[in-house]
Amino acid sequence: MSSQNGTLLSIKDLRTYFETEDGTVRAVDGISFDLKRGETLGIVGESGSGKSVTNLSVIRLIPSPPGKIVSGEVLFHGQDILSLPDDEVRKIRGKRISMIFQDPMTSLNPFMRISRQLMEITQLHLGHTREQAYEHAVKMLETVGIPDARSRVDAYPHEFSGGMRQRVMIAMALSCEPELLIADEPTTALDVTIQAQILELIKNLKRETGTSVILITHDLGVVAGMTDDIIVMYAGKVFEQAPTRELFERPGNPYTKGLLKSVPDPAHEEGTELYQIPGLPPDVAHLPPEQCPFAERCYRAEEICKKEFPPFVQLNEEHFSLCHFAEEVYDESRGGAQTAGSHIDPNGLPLQGGGGR
Amino acid sequence: MSMEGVQAGAARGAAPPRANAGEREPLISIRELKVHFDLGGGTAFDKLIGGSGVRRVVKAVDGVSLDIYPGETLGLVGESGCGKSTLGRALLRLTEPTGGQALFRGRDLARLSKREMRGQRRHLQMIFQDPYASLNPRMTVSQIIGEPLDTFGLGGRGSEREGRVRELMQTVGLSPRFLKRYPHEFSGGQRQRIGIARALAADPDFIVADEPISALDVSIQAQIMNLMEKLQRERDLTYLFISHDLRAVRHVSDRVAVMYLGKLVELADAKVIYRDPLMPYTKALISAVPVPDPAVEAARRRIVLQGDVPSPINPPAGCRFHTRCPWAIEKCKEVVPPLAEIKPDHFAACIRISPEEPDIEKVAPGDAPGLRGTGRVIAQ
Repeated sequence: MSSQNGTLLSIKDLRTYFETEDGTVRAVDGISFDLKRGETLGIVGESGSGKSVTNLSVIRLIPSPPGKIVSGEVLFHGQDILSLPDDEVRKIRGKRISMIFQDPMTSLNPFMRISRQLMEITQLHLGHTREQAYEHAVKMLETVGIPDARSRVDAYPHEFSGGMRQRVMIAMALSCEPELLIADEPTTALDVTIQAQILELIKNLKRETGTSVILITHDLGVVAGMTDDIIVMYAGKVFEQAPTRELFERPGNPYTKGLLKSVPDPAHEEGTELYQIPGLPPDVAHLPPEQCPFAERCYRAEEICKKEFPPFVQLNEEHFSLCHFAEEVYDESRGGAQTAGSHIDPNGLPLQGGGGR
Repeated sequence: MSMEGVQAGAARGAAPPRANAGEREPLISIRELKVHFDLGGGTAFDKLIGGSGVRRVVKAVDGVSLDIYPGETLGLVGESGCGKSTLGRALLRLTEPTGGQALFRGRDLARLSKREMRGQRRHLQMIFQDPYASLNPRMTVSQIIGEPLDTFGLGGRGSEREGRVRELMQTVGLSPRFLKRYPHEFSGGQRQRIGIARALAADPDFIVADEPISALDVSIQAQIMNLMEKLQRERDLTYLFISHDLRAVRHVSDRVAVMYLGKLVELADAKVIYRDPLMPYTKALISAVPVPDPAVEAARRRIVLQGDVPSPINPPAGCRFHTRCPWAIEKCKEVVPPLAEIKPDHFAACIRISPEEPDIEKVAPGDAPGLRGTGRVIAQ
């Protein structure tokens, strides 16, 4: 993560907090990463890990109040988006950086024809005339594989199926040939066969246009086949960062290991009990700052984990892990992720209750 | 093809031969079960007022036959709208079946009166998908779990009842300290545990679990799957595990049934169906599941289906999958393929494959051996 010239996006110590009745929620708490041009980065995490807030911060779409970007830099081509005036950000958003969200139905305006929603973008950002914009809209729908695009371009969103709506969203996002596409759980609401279509589409479009992609998902299967690098987030922190293959073959963080092992893998598994990470995802509003946020659920935790916040350890050139025992965990998993926590009783079902952590 | 009768009449024919050889008696036998929803339309009056010119019927479940054996987990998979949830609900009469039979220990649940059915519910319970919507927010955990005890007169009163509730909470991994708390005080995974405890309260034999892990975080899904498997071992439970998550179904199930637009299209041992799916739709479905292993992902060949699942309102004639099937021939548009035994205990609904040549990729172009009536048929 060094070469300055190949870097498209560089996030440095980003902190986004939300003020709630329950106290300050540190949704994103000191995140740093770089994205190279033409690369696909996967951000993996469970709900509440801060993966979506990170990316909403990048494009300055954090609702404020209650949210606030407390500190950090988001360098896009070396320019800090966080310190730009609003109208400058608007010129970037949707044009040079665009997004796809999980639920296409709530992201499309139900009262507007698809054509108008697509035309709006290029008329605004590229200065298209009505005719140009209309033709461009048809072309984009063809690009994303909507059959009979010309006759369907004037339809309303409800006339499209879920998969087709997600294609429309992708057409909108790619209208201005953005340099960066942020896809936040783009296939979570879709069936598997449709998911395969959409992932294939994103892959092909990326190959053709050279767009960089940030793919946010909870599904390790999706990132395995799509990304060059992966960031694993937990409780608003980057827990592990590595090239995709390395992360799957040799994870250096107990949380990543647990996640990898708790997903049934039809290609390998043979009818054994699933490994389970005990306990519950943390309540980020009430995390004691001086301990590892994963300590309560970790098979590897020792005294120090409950007393000191762990260091971000560099394991090799491109592999980092937030753990007191990163190097040992990394060594342990030389034989693959499957050996993680094998000394833990898989039947050990923890007693748990509301708020008790 | 002919439009089938709108009102499904009595089940056609009696029980076909059991799906599984061996001497075991099935716990549940579903025969030609149908759930059709009539949306109206098609009358002269409808045309007059500019409504639909054809009668519109959603054939959510359209003639499904299936046996579920004691102690097994039968996985039921399919995409949204395929009818898998409706089938589960129709079994327990949460949705009324419009035809066919659902035999539980020889009694046809579909024909029981409301009162008789209520008596059977003790033995037949359900776990729902959304742990937020399926628990009454105004009831405490103790009331929620205790309700089936009261309904079926199992729990006694006072401290005896509370003891039962505590025991159930412990069974599902909840601390009995939280007896008096309300659902909103719990996380999604804990709520699902409450739902499971409620289902267990009546000490059932059979549980329909409808997408029990879909709403949960990855690390919590494993906890719930392990819990369900543990309970099955301890209490000799039989599950119908309904899910769109093929990885999860593969993990928990003994056998897997695949549904497409209201019909069963394949049924086999869980490991076998993953390793060696026969029906083109199952092949595509399994190849579409992303595998959490970059090496496997890079090497695998994926069958990407064209188009969407057609609407279950007046679904395609013939084989319902023919509109998306890469191997479909003209005959597939006309003939409804029977669910036939292609390999021992491995059933598939496709006229293009046969016990002689079960591999669709090797079938001679244009050949449809299924039409020649080879292979034991268990359901039309």
